[in-house]
Amino acid sequence: MSEVDPSRPLVGQPVRRVEDARLLRGRGRFVADLSPIAGIHHAAVVRSPHAHARVGAVDASAALALEGVIAVVTPDDARRLLRPFGVGVGGAEPYWPLALDTARYAGEPVAVVVARDRYVAEDAADLVAVDYEPLAPVLDVEAGRVVSDRSFRYGDPDAAFAAAAHRVEASFRFPRYSSTPIECYAVVAEWDAAAGEATVWSNFHGPFVMQPLIAASLGIPENRLRLVVPADIGGSFGIKSGVYAYIPLIALASRLAGVPVRWTADRWEDLVASQAGTDRLTRAAAAVDAEGRILGLRLEILDDVGAHLRPPEPATLYRCFGNLVGPYAVEHLAVEARAVLTNRPPTGLNRGFGGQQLYFTLERLVEMVGRRVGLDRVEVRRRNLIPAQHMPYRTPTGGVYDSGDYPALLDTLLREGDHTGMLAERDRLRRAGRLAGVGMAMIVDPSGTNLGYIDLARTPEERGRGLGKSGCTESATLTMDPMGGVRLRIATAPEGQGHETVAAQIVADALGVPMAAVRVDPSIDTASQVWNVSSGSYSSRFAPIVASAIHRACAALRERILAIAAEILEVDAADLELVGGGVRARGSDRAVPLRRVAGVAHWDPGALPPGVEPLLSVTASFSSELARSPAGDDTVDSSICYGGVGGLCLVDIDPDTCAVTLLRYASVHDSGRILNPLLADGQVAGALAHGLGGALYEELAYDPDGNPLTTSFMDYLCPTVREMPELRIHHLRGDTDFVPSRAKGIGEGTCMAAPAAIASAVTDALSGHGVEVTELPVHGGRIWEWLHTRERGEP
Amino acid sequence: MREVRLSVNGRPVTARVEPRTTLADFIRERALLTGTHLGCEHGVCGACTVLLDGVAVRSCLLLAVQAEGAEVTTVEALAGDAGLHPLQDALHRHHGLQCGFCTSGILMSLAELWPRRDQVSRDEIIDCLGGHLCRCTGYVGIVRAAEDAFGLPAGDRG
Ligand code: FES
Ligand code: FES
Repeated sequence: MSEVDPSRPLVGQPVRRVEDARLLRGRGRFVADLSPIAGIHHAAVVRSPHAHARVGAVDASAALALEGVIAVVTPDDARRLLRPFGVGVGGAEPYWPLALDTARYAGEPVAVVVARDRYVAEDAADLVAVDYEPLAPVLDVEAGRVVSDRSFRYGDPDAAFAAAAHRVEASFRFPRYSSTPIECYAVVAEWDAAAGEATVWSNFHGPFVMQPLIAASLGIPENRLRLVVPADIGGSFGIKSGVYAYIPLIALASRLAGVPVRWTADRWEDLVASQAGTDRLTRAAAAVDAEGRILGLRLEILDDVGAHLRPPEPATLYRCFGNLVGPYAVEHLAVEARAVLTNRPPTGLNRGFGGQQLYFTLERLVEMVGRRVGLDRVEVRRRNLIPAQHMPYRTPTGGVYDSGDYPALLDTLLREGDHTGMLAERDRLRRAGRLAGVGMAMIVDPSGTNLGYIDLARTPEERGRGLGKSGCTESATLTMDPMGGVRLRIATAPEGQGHETVAAQIVADALGVPMAAVRVDPSIDTASQVWNVSSGSYSSRFAPIVASAIHRACAALRERILAIAAEILEVDAADLELVGGGVRARGSDRAVPLRRVAGVAHWDPGALPPGVEPLLSVTASFSSELARSPAGDDTVDSSICYGGVGGLCLVDIDPDTCAVTLLRYASVHDSGRILNPLLADGQVAGALAHGLGGALYEELAYDPDGNPLTTSFMDYLCPTVREMPELRIHHLRGDTDFVPSRAKGIGEGTCMAAPAAIASAVTDALSGHGVEVTELPVHGGRIWEWLHTRERGEP
Repeated sequence: MREVRLSVNGRPVTARVEPRTTLADFIRERALLTGTHLGCEHGVCGACTVLLDGVAVRSCLLLAVQAEGAEVTTVEALAGDAGLHPLQDALHRHHGLQCGFCTSGILMSLAELWPRRDQVSRDEIIDCLGGHLCRCTGYVGIVRAAEDAFGLPAGDRG
């Protein structure tokens, strides 16, 4: 790993992380490590054992009789003291964080026990007697109730299909999985009865659009709900955004028990009742001309959102709407987007959020098109890629691809990914009797969500009636201390991405100070800092949005510093530069240290030049003007930036056991400027592990009665070090002028691409058996079934 | 309630606990060392790994009473006045951690091998890491760090 050159700008260099010092020593402070207030008691959640049941009487007397138990929250308490979460679209009932009269998935909360410690609380949870009347569960997405249903047309899809030489169609199933962060949900809540306020410490990382929803559920104004998130969260990948649904419940437990209450979920709860990505059924068709050009697409998308349309769902349907055509120049689309309720747990954000589902369908379909017209998988893609000279490119659905050269990305992928070498190795393996295959995927990686996309769930008429939705705002507060030290506050609540480090790199460069002089605090306290509804960590927004807000804050503080220094040095501010911890007149040795400049502002504001504010602290924000609410024709630019990602891989399948091994993977990226290559590559490697898990191992499975079958890490299989392939990562020299940071997100692209690339490789491996992979995960058991049903002559 | 006496990082800790109290909870709540993390509480993820008389164990699968009289070493003991332990330093240089939640356990498993570091093979290291789940890093930086710390040539995995 290359070293850092301190004489060059730090942005772009592999700066080691500042977070590591505490985390390596076991001095990180995660929610379970905090005792923010005295007298904390512990909660255990009573959960429905049935996927669907009427909830009758809840008898807590035996639980309350147990020594150490102080309160039990029942459905009646929730009905009395909570309100349901608002649900954005019609058709779905309000979502209560506790089953009031009907449990709709196995694991749904029915009661909460509060006791002296977690052991006693769990004992008591077993003693809560609930009358259940089991009902028939619905587990088939095609039989579930549709709660959000919209049809879209872009261009003239009917004409495209009428003119097509070929129509290629298939159905694709993408599984339900969770990237299972190693730290589970954790909440500490204190209800202040005198003030009617709640303070909650949790590992919720946004989007903070949920803050007003939580407050409303508790029946208090937003300024009476203080959410605190520590600087350390033990991973999330979107999953912990769902902890918000438990916050009103634990706050209610505190209210009833009269003490602060802690709830730390265990892994069983995480797997049965936290959050997962949606499983999706897509019926897709492509209209193709004689040369293999895709003229139009029809997509009928069914997202299984589980038992409730839990906000922000049905967002999975729409997160990728601006980039629905991926990197391909397809002009005509007809899309049906439906969210369906079943008796499974609610879904939500999971790394890639809608991307892996989309690209699995799109990339499989493109390869089927290639086979139909006799083009190999490279050629069929090349023929359909958006040419570089069309950038910025407006997609038919309203996305504006800011920059990129997809044909060059494809060439680079083949070269840097060693396509030739992979093919040679595949053939060698085949000669040795193995089933081996090479696969690929090309995707567009959206980053920096425009929250307006969620409004596509409403019709233009519905949207016209109320408040619009748009935006991607983030802010940064930069302060210079009396001695010249710098503090930066951002509202990102990171979960391991290294925001403290990268933010400090940006500030150090902009202010000409060493990184050690910059202290970054990414923790959140909604009572005392600047934040907004789009704050938080999600949709790869740090690089394009947060970094841009930091740039703006630096520019504003810089201006103030220069104005003061200009007075001290008697040099025009335009001729000054910030360098070496001071302000210097360009091309001369006239200079003043920052501590002197800061000293004037803090201790001698009377000496400030006229018009300069006596405060060395600025809050600046960034929100792109591209972040608009959907137009009347249902077009929306759903993300601010769009990167390009290519994936190439080699799989080996044991012909006897059908076990699949991913041997090699290459991930090639155009993500604009890279802020820190060390951390960027770490994101890519981590994202690959998630894509690999989703493609080969991980599936939240349910029996025909809706009972969860994957309830521990013994049966929910996450990739270990042994499952990781040889990995090559390559970055194109990218750029974008759509955001001041010139950087796009990088943490999600590989997990969007990898399932499609692996499916492509497995299809190639099984090409002699006529198998087309249209569902995941493709573990050995499934492949064995495919091969053997075929041998027996079954369809 | 049972009185349990053991030594954590060279410091005696005595507490009266229920016999069912896990060693992990004892370390976190009685010895007040929260660097030992709980990721599954059923022995798979490895986040809770500590050394018990020098042997790596999953503290979520042991009861505190089973550790009576033993010497427990946790992640907090690795760094000394002189700075980070070479294993910690290697993880830092190779970006072998992101959220850091799995890191303590991984460090303690590798620390078990450290006293005989001259004889440790790459396979042994991969086996050792194979007993841990990290959901952030894809293991790439962790493997590189371990190879580096143990003086092994970089392999091709990752
Ligand atoms: S917490 Fe002990 S192995 Fe996971
Ligand atoms: S660094 Fe997050 S789980 Fe390993």
